[in-house]
Amino acid sequence: MSVSPAPRTGPPAGRATEARTTRRPPVSVLLAAAALSLVLLAALVPGLFAHTSATDTDPLQALRPPGSGHWFGTDELGRDVFARIVHGTRYSLAIGAAATGAGVAIAVLWGLAAALSGRLGDTLLMRAADVLLALPGLLLALLVVLITGKGVAGATIAVAFGTAPGFARVVRAQALVVRRSGYVEAAVGLGVQRPLIILRHVLPNTLGPLLVLATVTLGASISTGAALSYLGLGAQPPTPEWGAMLTEGQGFLQQAWWIALFPGLLLVGTVLAVTVLGRYAQNRAEWRAAS
Amino acid sequence: MSAPRTGPSPDEPLIDVVDLDVRFGEGTTRVQAVRGASLRLSAGRCLALVGESGSGKSALARSLLGLAGPTATVGAGRLSLFGRDALAFGPRDWRALRGRRIGLVAQDALVALDPLRPIGKEIAEPLLVHRVVPRHQAADRVIDLLERVGVPEPVERARSHVHQLSGGLRQRALIASALAAQPGVLIADEPTTALDASVQARILDLLGELTKAGTGLLLISHDLAVVEALADEVAVMRGGRIVEQGPVRDVLDRPRHAYTRALLDAVPGGGPPGAAPPAATGGAPILEVTDVVKEFRGPRGARRTAVAGVSFTLRPGETLGLVGESGSGKSTLARMVLGLLSPDSGDVRLDGAAWSGVSERERRPRRRALQLVPQDPLSAFDPRWSVARIVGEALQTAGVHSRQERREETVRLLEQVGLSAEHLDRRPLALSGGQRQRVAVARALAPRPRLLVCDEPVSALDVSVQAQVLGVLRELQESLDLAMLFISHDLAVVREVCARVMVMKDGRVVESGPVEEVFSAPRDACTRALLEAVPRRAHARHAAEERL
Amino acid sequence: MRPVVRQVAVRLGGALLVVWGAASCAFLVLQLVPGDPVRAVVGANALVDAGQREEIRHHYGLDRPLPVQYVTYLGHLLTGDLGDSYQLQQPVSGVLAQQLRPTAELALYATLLAVLLAVVVTVATSGRARWPRRLSAVVELVVVSTPSFWLGIMLLTLFSFRLGWLPVSDSGDVRSLVLPVITLALPIAAVLTQVMREGLLDALRSPFVLTARARGLTEPAVRSRHALRHAALPALTLAGWFTGTLLSGAVVVENVFARSGIGRVTLQAVTSRDLPLVQGVVALSAVVFVAVGTVVELLCLAVDPRLRGATGVKAA
Repeated sequence: MSVSPAPRTGPPAGRATEARTTRRPPVSVLLAAAALSLVLLAALVPGLFAHTSATDTDPLQALRPPGSGHWFGTDELGRDVFARIVHGTRYSLAIGAAATGAGVAIAVLWGLAAALSGRLGDTLLMRAADVLLALPGLLLALLVVLITGKGVAGATIAVAFGTAPGFARVVRAQALVVRRSGYVEAAVGLGVQRPLIILRHVLPNTLGPLLVLATVTLGASISTGAALSYLGLGAQPPTPEWGAMLTEGQGFLQQAWWIALFPGLLLVGTVLAVTVLGRYAQNRAEWRAAS
Repeated sequence: MSAPRTGPSPDEPLIDVVDLDVRFGEGTTRVQAVRGASLRLSAGRCLALVGESGSGKSALARSLLGLAGPTATVGAGRLSLFGRDALAFGPRDWRALRGRRIGLVAQDALVALDPLRPIGKEIAEPLLVHRVVPRHQAADRVIDLLERVGVPEPVERARSHVHQLSGGLRQRALIASALAAQPGVLIADEPTTALDASVQARILDLLGELTKAGTGLLLISHDLAVVEALADEVAVMRGGRIVEQGPVRDVLDRPRHAYTRALLDAVPGGGPPGAAPPAATGGAPILEVTDVVKEFRGPRGARRTAVAGVSFTLRPGETLGLVGESGSGKSTLARMVLGLLSPDSGDVRLDGAAWSGVSERERRPRRRALQLVPQDPLSAFDPRWSVARIVGEALQTAGVHSRQERREETVRLLEQVGLSAEHLDRRPLALSGGQRQRVAVARALAPRPRLLVCDEPVSALDVSVQAQVLGVLRELQESLDLAMLFISHDLAVVREVCARVMVMKDGRVVESGPVEEVFSAPRDACTRALLEAVPRRAHARHAAEERL
Repeated sequence: MRPVVRQVAVRLGGALLVVWGAASCAFLVLQLVPGDPVRAVVGANALVDAGQREEIRHHYGLDRPLPVQYVTYLGHLLTGDLGDSYQLQQPVSGVLAQQLRPTAELALYATLLAVLLAVVVTVATSGRARWPRRLSAVVELVVVSTPSFWLGIMLLTLFSFRLGWLPVSDSGDVRSLVLPVITLALPIAAVLTQVMREGLLDALRSPFVLTARARGLTEPAVRSRHALRHAALPALTLAGWFTGTLLSGAVVVENVFARSGIGRVTLQAVTSRDLPLVQGVVALSAVVFVAVGTVVELLCLAVDPRLRGATGVKAA
């Protein structure tokens, strides 16, 4: 038994869409990727870029302007600003990245629990998220720092809790869409067990949009982490974290503008690169969803 | 219409286009939307552009207003509008033409009128832009226009926003705004799509009156019944080309191009009637539904009864159509049959054993017996999965555990529905609408069910594809001796596949019986209304029978 | 009238719920803060004997059971009594009231500047030509990626230290407000511009704009009469983000420019573990959030008739 074959021709726009998906990413994205690779490399192997120590002081070399010996100049204790920036990369990146990772993990548990539990659980969990979202992100982070205490770990947890409620809402909304979707219904109709459905369909289809959002948020998280350090609640001196370096530099703006300029430039560059990549990922995902 | 006409004499065409090309984009992303189209439209005549979605109808129409879009390139041998050469038009010339000479009734009035402004302001806009009347008279003119297109209480309506109006009134308001500056030509893009049958008829009357009064009408539609009712001439478009053009009687009754014939045959009930759908082969009933009731709690605690006491049985090999307008409770009933929703009272029995009111754990192993063919297969597939995995999941739950066996069985199922092994690794997005629905049928067949629930399985498809998928369903139903519950809002589709039909309204069954009986002698007003919605191609069907 | 009363009641209830939730959250967090609050009151180095310690605990109500403390706290909150600050030895409500003015001033000017900038840039870059849009998009991206504390420091370096045009810190006159306002406004303006332009381009692509063009409208008329209102809608929905950014921004900006205000007090309260003050700040920011949300909702109703619900005229 067979039935008349379906026509082979796809939609007429088929060729054009193929051309778009295989197109090379734009120059800005390639540049951002290259810049971010350099920053990552500096975070992993700072010795590749900086041959001097980040913490060795030398009073004779204090407050030297940028020049051949010290590309980015030296600070009030004679430490090389360039070396400090290179060695500080890992702290600045780590706070942002770890916080985003932790935020995603918390949000997945939170959001899925809300979406898959009954009405009461859902209401309670989401009301809690609403309340936390009503507080400014930095204030929420400050509250967490009160509990955890100052330091890199405390700042990371604080930034994570600052992002988690927003993420949790996205997870819940997406999980509800997936749970009511035709394909989950189809799986129920086939008699697939509930845990398998959650594992095979709900979780993967919820995670996709969240990861894209997390990429876009990563830049902001790095920025918030640095802000906490700048406010004296994150990395503590003499740790060469970029935000903390700015605090030190701010005292010498009159004499030595370079101490505050360069760590900030690197911070802006890193956040910019991450944001460009994140938006590219987001556009691609949206475009794929729309086609 | 008493518009003073300048320019061409009455017998000269208002629109005269030769060899029109419309392209979008550049280089590799270039799409040719219209290729070498030629058409003429004279005052008081109606020319219909017919074709399926994506055939280039709308692009052609928009290029007549110079609004094909910023990425579009328009070229033509001749593009003459009201006796002037539009190829030489600058922005100012186009603006003087738009609204004043050619009015546009765009598709879907809900989004075609600015949702943030009252419709009175929308209708007054062309009057003010073209300075047809002084500003202080505009409001009165708007009331006149609304009255003319048959909007009751025009003074209050002028202050309403689009979302406050019913579909019919919206469409009238949109027509009023297109007519405001008394253009000689009206372009109407799918003016009756998404309207109820009775409203549709009144809009068609209104458009008919306009052509009688001397307006030239360019009608864009995929609905041949609408075309037959209004058009003097028809042009059939496919892939950007006009494949056939001529007086409406000639084209619809004696189509010369194969594609036109396919379009005509694809109108459900339009083709020659096939063999009668099979009746029940007997045996113990598979499905017994007794007096099921389902209520939903609406916003603010109001209760809405979706299904109010429905009973029926289905025996092996029997086909039952379930017809009703949207919101009549069809889908809720289907979900209760599928065991995805439990009834508030009454019960559902599958194979003589309780199906509703038992735990999911008990139901799960028995689910294989009945499967769903959904309305929108795209949303019914996990978007990340390939066809092989989608059908494979179904086979796995049916106990086919070896990977190799699953793949072979999947290919067999795909071939059964008219696809092949080459579709195995495609994702749902890379399939056409018809192919997706075939995959959905293949998945439904994978656990070897004895009952198939089809929920509007073809309503999202173009007519020619509809006919193919219906063919697949019918052949499979016969050869596999499946029982089928077939849900549709379209009686003509049900007639193609079912022996028996139930008509639902407000959660109740208002009429049921053998499909031909219900069709020829409907007893309920609701059934009659549904029948009226079936495109009346009586004349063409007659001709088709003659042809045989 | 009944539906209106009902709507207002629902809104009010929701607002109270958020404030109550935030206050409870603050109470809960502060119970989790490690260490003895008494040390925060007297300072780490002070020597206090057990009797004095007990006295201090009693003064702040810390010797009572937790549920009692919670209920008392909520009760006082209702009457506007936020307790006494550990450090400043005066009522928290007084401290906040005193610090509210400079912060409100800063936030108000920053909001005005940001909205003004966003509207001007959006309109100026939404024309046919592509390059202004591209250029502005790049600038927005850079501004959005610039942390406000560094932006502030750089503005300070350039305009105060190098050029000497503007005062370094709060000198009381209007000139000392210029840099903080710019620092706070720029990132907000950048995001608003992005959202509004996206909204404007979306609106220009929608069918009703095709209809408007088909009536013979000029491009400026299409934009000003139809598209711009639609572009404002998505920007209005950012209200929650907007309030949060202003308050977070105030913490950073007030510290960079050494201005007094709520943000400065917040950081001091956190670093010195002045728990009643922290609770007060949390309650205040929840109230502000709810108030701004309500105002924006009313604005949305004014712009979008679809949100107004059924009117007297029933759809036929």
